[in-house]
Order: sequence, then C-alpha cells, then structure tokens
Amino acid sequence: MFDETIINMLIEGTWATLYMTLVSTLFGYIVGLPLGIVLTITDKEGIKPNAVVYKILDFIVNLTRSIPFLILLILVMPLTKLIVGKSYGSTATIVPLTIAAAPFIGRMVESSLKEVDKGVIEAAQSMGAGTFSVIRKVLLAEARTSLLVGVTIAVGTILGYSAMAGAVGGGGLGDIAIRYGYHRYETDIMIVTIVILVVLVQILQGLGMMLSKKLDRRHT
Amino acid sequence: MEPIIRVENISKTFQANNGQVEAVKNISFSIEKGDIFGIIGLSGAGKSTLVRCLNLLEKPNEGNIYIDGKNLMELSNRELRRERQDIGMIFQHFNLLMQRNVLDNICFPLEIAGVSRREARKRALELLEIVGLSEKAKAYPAQLSGGQKQRVAIARVLANNPKILLCDEATSALDPQTTKSILKLLKEINQKYDITIVVITHEMAVIQEICSKVAVLDHGSLVETGTVEELFRAPKTEEAKKLILNEFAHIKEMKSERMIRVTFSGKSAFEPLIGNVILEYKTPLNILYANTKTINGNAEGEMILQLPETKEIAESMIAYFKEKELGVEEVDDYVR
Repeated sequence: MFDETIINMLIEGTWATLYMTLVSTLFGYIVGLPLGIVLTITDKEGIKPNAVVYKILDFIVNLTRSIPFLILLILVMPLTKLIVGKSYGSTATIVPLTIAAAPFIGRMVESSLKEVDKGVIEAAQSMGAGTFSVIRKVLLAEARTSLLVGVTIAVGTILGYSAMAGAVGGGGLGDIAIRYGYHRYETDIMIVTIVILVVLVQILQGLGMMLSKKLDRRHT
Repeated sequence: MEPIIRVENISKTFQANNGQVEAVKNISFSIEKGDIFGIIGLSGAGKSTLVRCLNLLEKPNEGNIYIDGKNLMELSNRELRRERQDIGMIFQHFNLLMQRNVLDNICFPLEIAGVSRREARKRALELLEIVGLSEKAKAYPAQLSGGQKQRVAIARVLANNPKILLCDEATSALDPQTTKSILKLLKEINQKYDITIVVITHEMAVIQEICSKVAVLDHGSLVETGTVEELFRAPKTEEAKKLILNEFAHIKEMKSERMIRVTFSGKSAFEPLIGNVILEYKTPLNILYANTKTINGNAEGEMILQLPETKEIAESMIAYFKEKELGVEEVDDYVR
C-alpha cells in the first residue's frame, strides 16, 4: 500500500527514534545515576547525610522536571546548537532529551536505592565497608532489579519524548507522524508510525522486565 | 589485664520530633576477654543503641570506648573501618545480601578487607562447614529458613577472624528450638576461637543459656551488673526482678496474700526443704511455680511459694529458708 520511498522513510524513522532514545537514555544515566546516588546518600537517612547538597540537588531536579518537555526543547535550542552545530534532526534532539531525562532518571535511581534494606547497609558498615563499597556492593547490587525496571520506564518515557520532538523537526517517527499525519492529512502513515511506536515500547518493556526478573534472586 | 571492651561514661541523645530522646545515659562497664556478656532490657531500654556504640555505628555524644585499649572515639574513619573488621556483628533480621548466594555472602566481608577472590572462596567454604551449611553454598538467602540465615550470618561474621562478636537480638526472630541451636553455636564459637561475645536480648532465657555476666539496662541506664548466677539468685533492682519474673507472669491469676520466690543451687537440691518446712511448722505451703534451669552448667532452681496466712509462721518459714542459704525474696508486687 506504500511505495518504496515511504517504507524506506519509515525504516529510517524507526532507526532514528531508536538511536535518539537509546543514546539519550545512556547519557541520561551517565548524569542521572550519580545524581540518584548522591541524592540517596546525602538524604538525612542516608549514609553521608548532607542537608545542603541534598536540598540543592532536590531543587534542581524538581525545577527541571516541572518544565514541560516541549518548552524545554525550545529553551535549550541555543545550547543544542552550541553542542551539535544545529538545532534540528535526531542528533540535536539528544541534547534536550538528555537534559529532560537525567533528573527524572536521578529520581528513579534514588527511589530504587532507598528500597535497599537499611539493615543490610548497616551490616556492611559493621564489617568496615566505606561509603564507596556500600554504594557499589550493597546499594547498586541489591537494588539491581529495581534499577532495571527503572531503565525500562526511562526508555519508554524517553521514546515518548523523542516523538514529541517531532513537533519542532526532531527527526524520527514522531517527526514523520506530525509531518504526514498532521500537516498533510495522510492518516494511514500516521497510524503506521503509531503502531511501530507501540511495538517498540512493548519490545523494550518486555525485554527490560524479563531481564530484571531473571536477575532477581529474592524468590524461593 | 586490660579488658577487651571498656566503655567509659557514654551518652547518646537523639533529636526526635518532640524534643530529645536520651537513649543511653552515662553508661560505663567493662567486658573481659573470652566472656559472653549479656545486656538485657525491655524494648526501648536503649540496648540496640548501646551495642551500636561499641562499633561506633552510633557515635556517642560523650564518653570513650576502648577496644583492646584503643579508643575508638579517637580513630580516623579509615582506622575505624579497619578496627570494625575485628568487631563482628549479627542482627535480628540477619541482614544478608539478598542478591548474593550464601557463598558470596560469606565472601563479602573478605572482599571489603581486600582478600583475593580465590582465597575468600576457600575460607568461605571452611566457614560453611563450621556452621553446618556446606550443602547450601549455592542457595540464595530467600531459599533459607531463619535459623539457616542466621548461620550464614555467623559464618560471614567469622570470616575476618574477629576478636569480638556483637549479637543484636540475634535469636529474637527465631523459634525456641532454633534459638537453642544458634545459642549452642555461639557458645562453641566463644570457646573454640576465644571470641568475646556481647549478647543483646530482652529474653532472660537467652542470658541464662549462654551468658557468664550480665548487665541490666533500663531507660538508658545500667541498673545492675554481675554474674548471671548473682542476678538470678538475688536480683538487687526492681528492673532486674521484673525481667526475671517476666517469665512466669501467668501466676498473676493465682491471688494470694503473701508469696515468696526462693532460689536454690545444686547443693541444696538434695535436701527435701519444702517437706521439712511443712513438717517443722505443721502448716501447708502452696507451690505455685517451680522450675530448674542450667546456668553455665550448674543446676539452679526457683519456686514461687504461697505462704500460710499466719504472719509469725510465714516469717519463720522465710527465716528457715534463709538459714538454709536459699535465695528468698517477696514477690507480692507481681501478683496483683
């Protein structure tokens, strides 16, 4: 029903979406994981309580998270241009996606790490474990399934954001959906992009959940 | 000789929502090397805070803690972490790493201490043998019973050859049978490896089973210390009496004018004391409760007796028991 150019465009769009999503998730974790760890340990119940550091980071995270993504996208355009050289296309979209994802990921990491039993942390400290050992061998290791569920949620959310970036020429499937479905009333193309997006989310979600379940040792 | 643990005037205050909570108030005591030292108190007495002060998981606001003559309060963070490797701790809820198997759990303290992986595994397997869980090496904590988990925790704590083992309500989540086996294991460890053990508990039975000395904690203060025999025969303070009598709280139902608790040790157990006293005063006595226990290998007995109503006879009976060197104390406070 579609000619070859359109099929090629859809395939390219799928790759572009995957590229944006996965690279942004990676960068999001490069910033968000340390952020989540610092939020966890500097909390007043944490292993290195520090009210000042916690409050500052907490504020920044809340601030960034309260800006709607579409606005953020436009807001950071000068920065995007500075880093990537242009403000449109899928590579450029990675910049706002990362900025939006990092605080969100930080929050999820924080909530995962705070699920770790305080008693186990205490036991590690009683054996002479320092802050770094506790983070690496207790917090991250014990929370790994919860962290993986977090990755799955993050990928899904970032995928959704990447589609939104289509509104300002962000590339990928969202871009196609808006250009064809919205501007040119070619509903069939739009529906196909939606189907592809749904399938992508399902696959990524399924993979993430399967992996996290496989790595969980807490069942009998 | 310098005691292995010397606690000097420590106090710990917590900031709570409704003001300050003094969990530990100016406590001092010493523990000799090789002892099994019990700290008993009701919940909220400050036991857990006190035991956490011994490895500085809780830092006291005031006071000093000497471990083998070294003042923990003066150590740097790094030195303290090193020192903690010599002070093991086991917990009520075991606190095993749920995502690691049994063997890797035991390797954990060795990893922290920087022991090579190969060496750590070898040591872990030996330790599993000691606690009798060799066949569970590859199991995960979620697949073990409470008693097995505590055995793993004990193996883990032994990995670094500690000088001291702190047990924070280590048997409180276990059934009586398992409690007995864990206590037996602790006693073996104490004797075989000469590890000083500090036992925190709210159960007198645990103290009687393994401790040689005991300290009674009440509302953050140390109210009584001594040997377990002393505490059992002649508790000096109200708090200690309460803890001992806690066990037979069920006699409260039997109302009576005057009751005494008599305690007797191995040597007086051969004399028919109750029979004799009844024959002597031609008046019956009512035995409300009787029990014998083994404390550190000696048979120790206790009875709650309901005395006759005639005051003179009751007094004479008390005098008779005292003359026979039994421990006698009135317990009428606890029957109402």
